[in-house]
Amino acid sequence: MANTPTPVRKARRSLIALAAIFLVLMGAIQIGVSFFGASWTPKLALDLEGGTEIRLAPVVQGADQVTSEQLNQAVSIIRDRVDAAGVSEAEIRTEGSNNIVVSIPGQPSEETLQRIEASAKLDFRPVLLAGVPSTSSTGTPTPAPTESTEATPAPSPTDASDLTQVTPELQTAFDNFDCASVDETVVPDPNKPFLTCETNGSAKYLLGPVELSGENLSNATAGQETTQNGAATGSWAVNLQFNQQGTEQFAAITSRLTGLQAPRNQFAMVLDNRVLLAPTSQVVITDGRAAITGGSITQDTAKTLADQLKYGALPVSFAVQSNESISATLGSEQLANGLLAGLIGLILVVVYSLIQYRALGLVTVASLVIAGGLTYLIVTLLGWRLDFRLSLAGVAGLIIAIGVTADSFIVYFERIKDELRDGRGLSGAVEAGWKRALRTILASDAINFLAAFILILLAVGNVRGFAVTLGLTTIIDLIVVALFTHPVLQLLSRTRFFGEGHPASGLDPRALGAVYRGRAQFREPVAIAKRNSGSKTEAQKRQTIAERKAAEARGTATATLERPTTTDQSAATPTTKSAKPTQARGKKGTRS
Amino acid sequence: MSGFSQFGNDLYTGVRSIDFIARRKLWFAISAVAIVLSIVLPLARGGFAFGIEFTGGSEFQLSQVDTSDQAKAEDAVTAVAPEAAPRVTVIGGDGLRVQTDQLDGDQSTAVRNSLAEAYGVPANDVAESFVGPSWGGEITNQAIRALLIFLALAFVFMALYFRTWKMSIAAMVSLIHDLIITAGIYGAVGFEVTPAAVIGFLTILGYSLYDTVVVFDKIRENTSGSESSSGRTFAESVNLAVNQTLVRSINTAVVAVLPVASILFVGSVLLGAGTLRDISLALFIGTLLGTYSTIFVAAPLYSMLREREPRIKAESARALDLRQKSTVAQSASMGGAE
Repeated sequence: MANTPTPVRKARRSLIALAAIFLVLMGAIQIGVSFFGASWTPKLALDLEGGTEIRLAPVVQGADQVTSEQLNQAVSIIRDRVDAAGVSEAEIRTEGSNNIVVSIPGQPSEETLQRIEASAKLDFRPVLLAGVPSTSSTGTPTPAPTESTEATPAPSPTDASDLTQVTPELQTAFDNFDCASVDETVVPDPNKPFLTCETNGSAKYLLGPVELSGENLSNATAGQETTQNGAATGSWAVNLQFNQQGTEQFAAITSRLTGLQAPRNQFAMVLDNRVLLAPTSQVVITDGRAAITGGSITQDTAKTLADQLKYGALPVSFAVQSNESISATLGSEQLANGLLAGLIGLILVVVYSLIQYRALGLVTVASLVIAGGLTYLIVTLLGWRLDFRLSLAGVAGLIIAIGVTADSFIVYFERIKDELRDGRGLSGAVEAGWKRALRTILASDAINFLAAFILILLAVGNVRGFAVTLGLTTIIDLIVVALFTHPVLQLLSRTRFFGEGHPASGLDPRALGAVYRGRAQFREPVAIAKRNSGSKTEAQKRQTIAERKAAEARGTATATLERPTTTDQSAATPTTKSAKPTQARGKKGTRS
Repeated sequence: MSGFSQFGNDLYTGVRSIDFIARRKLWFAISAVAIVLSIVLPLARGGFAFGIEFTGGSEFQLSQVDTSDQAKAEDAVTAVAPEAAPRVTVIGGDGLRVQTDQLDGDQSTAVRNSLAEAYGVPANDVAESFVGPSWGGEITNQAIRALLIFLALAFVFMALYFRTWKMSIAAMVSLIHDLIITAGIYGAVGFEVTPAAVIGFLTILGYSLYDTVVVFDKIRENTSGSESSSGRTFAESVNLAVNQTLVRSINTAVVAVLPVASILFVGSVLLGAGTLRDISLALFIGTLLGTYSTIFVAAPLYSMLREREPRIKAESARALDLRQKSTVAQSASMGGAE
């Protein structure tokens, strides 16, 4: 063929690029599967997998808004609680700007639900007894001998640190206390001693009554510890800042605790019934500013602690807004039916394309298969990296995408046909059609992507899952049409079957009414330079045929006078009544 | 098949031409009537039928039950929660959905156990859900906000791409036309409006504009030259573009509707009420409407908006004038030849 090899080379390059994309995606997933516990199948949302989805909305005072920081902190608090409840594979995420969604496989117990709903509460309690928890209750290093302390002082406790509160029952309970029995959901009496453990289970405590409530803590920050002359010591501290009431209360606590015997000189900060930290009071703090320092506080723990203290103290509680649960049977049934719907839809589209576009329909089918493969890989990858879960709405989005993706091919094929009708050779028509089609495809896909993008940003719940798949498939559509459909057509246009316009190829110029000039020979492909000469000349060139036809349609056709056109001049001499023949003969060729 | 491809050829060359633009008064009248009906009929019916996601309530789904006797479910619910007002729907061949007013935790568990017992399925196979009344509203508020932002951005995008805001106007009008009529059909027939249906509505936005952009791109191409040199009036150029893309429009509509129809079929026949049916029903209506409105609303409207511009008016007049002369010349020469 007389064509330059450039399109072929370009086509090969595009196909290689597509193969590279596939390999990279598969490689990434393989790495995930081998080393990071990823899976070769997409993650499914609860409506397909079965499980419970609980949606929590913050209960705020008046027109207050919940900040995203608060929300994220709440998520981590709830995550801790759910993990503590022993629920595996729970997923907790924020949704929109307000809500928290907790997804749990199976049906959660009533207890788990309460645990999730309970609002975080931060309290300060003095330490009465501290010990190392162990199954055998040996080695509680610093318990004060109960009997002696109880015998001497007054029967009613003089202050919150008074050991008279430790009754023999409590002592026994403390000795045998197991950290596993801490329950975050019960609300302990703030005026009574309370048994609990450190969050990491490294120590157990018997605590006095609540002396300071978290609401009075106005801020907690992490920072470098400084010496008196302001130089950083390099060690980290959690800085506390109390409000006025808190300042007074904290001054009272520290003045009492400082100088007491360990462990009674410690005060415990209790969040969700567990002790975050029980620092020793070393000085009396009267200005409401305290710094917690010590060996165990590093940059990371300081930050976490500060956040926990700060947000754990916030009066944001959550109410369950919806609680949807889907049984595993129903989930798999929905998935099976969703896939069935997709299969039926795909088959229908394939059949229609084959009827409508003949062999060209096979290109559609192959392109859809490629698009399907890419979608599968990307959804799988997103499931692993971003925890994207495919919901039923998402599956619907994918099925609908079959139509949108196929439409790109339709736009492209129709453009090629238009070019063929104008008398280009197939290779030229493929190139020219592509240029025009790409513009349209880009514009229309941009609209689709815009819709998806805005929905991803703004929408919640199911709508979002759907929008993600819609946006994803729009991008995949572009990749496939540019890196697969077009290059394949470039290559196919050089085969005899397509190049010579076999009737079954779907690109038979005769069937398309192109000017026929003898066996397997059509008008010379229009030179590339001419193709670039702008849409104005294109419009004019087209118009000439169309106008001629329009004139025929208006009835002047009875005795047609073929107006000579720029491109048709070389056609069989358009003298008088036989002027239409080129066209007619061409059409007859296919009809027979 | 060659019939259809012949049809395509004829439309392309202009041998056959359907007067989409010239008969616009008829199309506009049809759309106006449809819009009025879409507003009046749902009102007459008493508004939209909202799903429990909007009204709040509890829902129980049973799968693989032996009998789909609905009375059993009603009895089972009222036995433990007399005030619950159960609504029972059969889902697929062997599933049941029971919706009630919102129940509290204990009642809900009781109803679940009672249902499980009544149908002899393990309690774990009864899925229990409840939705507060604000959830559906929240989805919709977000959706409406997303809709407005999308419309504004799409308007700007199309105005920039096509270099004329009149195309944006025409596209938006046809989009709103689609949304109103789809919603109208929902309201008039009494289909339940669920968040899944809202998703369907939102997708119509994308599809309707998508379809319009494809056709408008052809219009832009056909009208980018000067009218006088093409020998066509502006309206004729637009009409030709619509005709030339008609085969694409039909093919696209068919290809887009086929998967949607298959979801609709599977969703309503095999699964019954639920996400799939709700999404696909809205989409099914919306896709057909989107294709219709591009051809019968957007393109004629655009032509109408532009025709009155003085420059275009003058060019169109010149085109008509030239044609008049050439027809005269032709008939003269024909007369001579004959």
